[in-house]
Amino acid sequence: MSAGVSRRDAMGAAATLILGFSLPARGRAELTNRKVNAWISITQDNRITLFTETPEMGQGTRTANAMMLAEELEADWSVIHVEQAPTVPAVYKHLTTGGSDGAASTWLPLRQAGAQARELLVRAAAEQWNCGAGDCRAESGSIIHISTGRRLRYGDVVEAASKLTATELSEVRLKTPKEFRIAGKSMPRVDTPAKVDGSAIFGLDIRVPGMLFAVIARCPHFGGKVTSLDTSDAEAVPGVKAVFGVPSIGYVPAIERNLNVAGGIAVVATSTWAASQGRKALNLTWDKGAGASESTASLRQQFQEKAAGAPTVVTAERGNVVVALAGDAKKIEADYEMPFQAHATMEPMNTTVHVRDDGRIEVWSPTQGGDLAQKTIAAVAGVSRDNVIVHVTFSGGSFGRRYQWDYLAEAYQVAKRMKVPVQVMRTREDDIRHDFYLQYSYQRLTGAIDGAGNIIAWSHRTVSTPIRSVFDSPDLLRDPKHGAESLDSIPYEAPNYRSDYARASSVVPRAWWRSVSSPFQVFAVECFVDELAYAAGKDPLEFRLEHLRGDQADKAALRRVLQAAAEKSDWGKPLPANHGRGIAGCRFGDTYVAHVAEVSIDGDEKPRVHRVVSAIDCGFAVNPDNVRAQIEGGINFALTPVLSGEISVREGAIEQSNFDTYQVLRMKDAPDIEVHLLPGEGEPRGGVGESGVPPLAPAVANAIFAATGKRVRRLPILRVV
Amino acid sequence: MPAAAKQAVQTGCPITIQHSLTTIHPNSLGRMGQRVGICSQIVMSSIGLTVNGKRHELAAAPDTPLLWVLRDMLGLTGTKYGCGLGLCGACTVHLDGEAARSCQAPLSSVGKRRVTTIEGLSVDRSHPIQRAWVAEQVSQCGYCQPGQIMQAAAFLAKTPHPTREQIDQAMSGNICRCATYQRIRRAIERAATEKA
Repeated sequence: MSAGVSRRDAMGAAATLILGFSLPARGRAELTNRKVNAWISITQDNRITLFTETPEMGQGTRTANAMMLAEELEADWSVIHVEQAPTVPAVYKHLTTGGSDGAASTWLPLRQAGAQARELLVRAAAEQWNCGAGDCRAESGSIIHISTGRRLRYGDVVEAASKLTATELSEVRLKTPKEFRIAGKSMPRVDTPAKVDGSAIFGLDIRVPGMLFAVIARCPHFGGKVTSLDTSDAEAVPGVKAVFGVPSIGYVPAIERNLNVAGGIAVVATSTWAASQGRKALNLTWDKGAGASESTASLRQQFQEKAAGAPTVVTAERGNVVVALAGDAKKIEADYEMPFQAHATMEPMNTTVHVRDDGRIEVWSPTQGGDLAQKTIAAVAGVSRDNVIVHVTFSGGSFGRRYQWDYLAEAYQVAKRMKVPVQVMRTREDDIRHDFYLQYSYQRLTGAIDGAGNIIAWSHRTVSTPIRSVFDSPDLLRDPKHGAESLDSIPYEAPNYRSDYARASSVVPRAWWRSVSSPFQVFAVECFVDELAYAAGKDPLEFRLEHLRGDQADKAALRRVLQAAAEKSDWGKPLPANHGRGIAGCRFGDTYVAHVAEVSIDGDEKPRVHRVVSAIDCGFAVNPDNVRAQIEGGINFALTPVLSGEISVREGAIEQSNFDTYQVLRMKDAPDIEVHLLPGEGEPRGGVGESGVPPLAPAVANAIFAATGKRVRRLPILRVV
Repeated sequence: MPAAAKQAVQTGCPITIQHSLTTIHPNSLGRMGQRVGICSQIVMSSIGLTVNGKRHELAAAPDTPLLWVLRDMLGLTGTKYGCGLGLCGACTVHLDGEAARSCQAPLSSVGKRRVTTIEGLSVDRSHPIQRAWVAEQVSQCGYCQPGQIMQAAAFLAKTPHPTREQIDQAMSGNICRCATYQRIRRAIERAATEKA
């Protein structure tokens, strides 16, 4: 085998060109050890299959990745087939996505892989025609002899190409952006057809022979335990096969992670319905555990004490804030509070596991990380990774939730007892009560402006229930600075700046939620700069721009999106009574985004968001329509914590349980949205899945002030009184 | 629990399957070539159900929600579980053409009404709503979309020229966490225009 090109198709006689490596799990060919993050399979009958690493959970990366491959491969977009790559650890290194990096991180390697395959195919055709490769070009799945117009399809030369030595990836010639036919154009998503006819397979849709279905009764109080249990009624429910306890799982040294598996009582049955009926019939009592005294009120009290007390860590200090604030300048102080939020993905957490007789463990899971899921199951089971096969299904939303592995580990716990495949699912109530929530945060900002209306001091105390202490290793957590959730800078010029952090404790699990710490950080910064602007008697946009002067690329990029959003939203033009516009912008990763929200408050004191105009600069947009879709989704997603969503705590348990109590955005409250992409050159620089979220809450809160003269500093904004 | 239901629950397992002509062995092949049905202990007095034009005789507890009959017994997994309380619309199907939340419809309540699921809306994604969904690139994660599409299709059949307010009202029982609401609106407007 030469240079990573394998050529046997185990399924039959057809030759298959598989660049980089092959797919033993699918019986296509044997493995090679090339570390190329691309998957291209071409058969003699011209079936082109592209394999992408990034799990598809709605963000559209499967399509963007396929576009990159197809662009350089010169494949015919209308006939390609795209599949999720399987978990083969020797080959596939990054079956995980997070931080909205699915397009930016794959931009170079996937194009290189596509170009490498194209060069092989062209050279094979040139050899057949006895001409130089330079006399040929590739187009839409064919190689064309330029002077004669003769044509060979990729499938015609794939066998010959598979015998050639591939050019090193770093040596292949990549197309210039001017030559792009696919990248940068709005292409229909490859997963759309299956998602309009019901054939898309999510985790819960997995059906394998002999499978059973299970739910787990978990203590609603975090850290609580079962004190009495009578399973006889549950076992009598028709269809119930087994009822047994599963232990909690905490820190797992092999993966250096606390899995936070609650444990509980598993009910396994022949159908989902039978399992849930069985669980209802359990006679259970719980000890509420050490968190029983925790409530939203007790957390707020803790926050307010820590907002005034000594910090855990000082993150940034420039100039002397204390002196600047002690002077005669006009001072503003404001506290911003954002409660826990659930992910509430439409597909609740679930995983199907089969602990097989041959010692291997087969897993079907809607997860954000196929390889990390594999490592986790292997660690919990005490087997090697090679003995764990993870099939990554479509995920019905994630927003960061599926970067935790609790739901996989507990599915394994149940399945190992049953020896048949078991689908362990969470009901909506389980899912909302046992999430890893957006952290609860409380921020106190103090600022001062001088007589000319310039910011001279900015002091920012962040108090939160940090996410890192929930799952990181004890070693990491020994450092008090680890996981501090305070900013180390703000984009605005402030000669005296201080940011510090005080850690609050809670029994409620927390983790990444769409845009992580930015929802509350940007809420505070962008509301507070607005407050300072009004205190200075200045237009909020102008005030921002005045404090973003200078040539630094960072400031220039933020200026551009703020100005673009303002211009497209008719900033400064009159609005009806009770209406107001608010602006906010931020950098998230390497993406810059600004929103202008138009809001009204009617007689019922409820805010209504009518329109959001957004400007985004993410560098080169691989699939512009998908960038728009992600920003639209981010804006809508961010409206839930602004208008209605709150996860509250009582006796160490979550008070909400379903969509009646955790109220998420519905169409009637969804505003008109316009997304403007700033021209992006070069490469996809920043992600788009999360970027639309952070500036939305402050844009709405600032618009409410513009409409009413009232500041809202606690989310959700149920009433403006 | 009603007495009849209680008796049915006590005498039967909710997932043995019978079709009108042949009794399907619990381990026979279902959708996707995968076997559906596990329990083979007790066959209950059967309940007739017509789904996507096909008649089934089902041995199931009468209080089993239609959602789980479709998903766990018939292998029709296009209809989704989202909340179990009729709050999110992910499980929407048509009963005689009317949108209904299948998680709130006990099998015994369906009666002779014809059940249509996303799999039966068209054979080739050619329903105007499905075509509009593709044209507007509505779906992100896609999980709620079968329910959204079934809701929209029933709505448009009754209201061929909807206003935006009517669309918002008809669709606000269906939650989408990717929040594709603006595109759903546009897709319904497109389907209405193209049908006209």
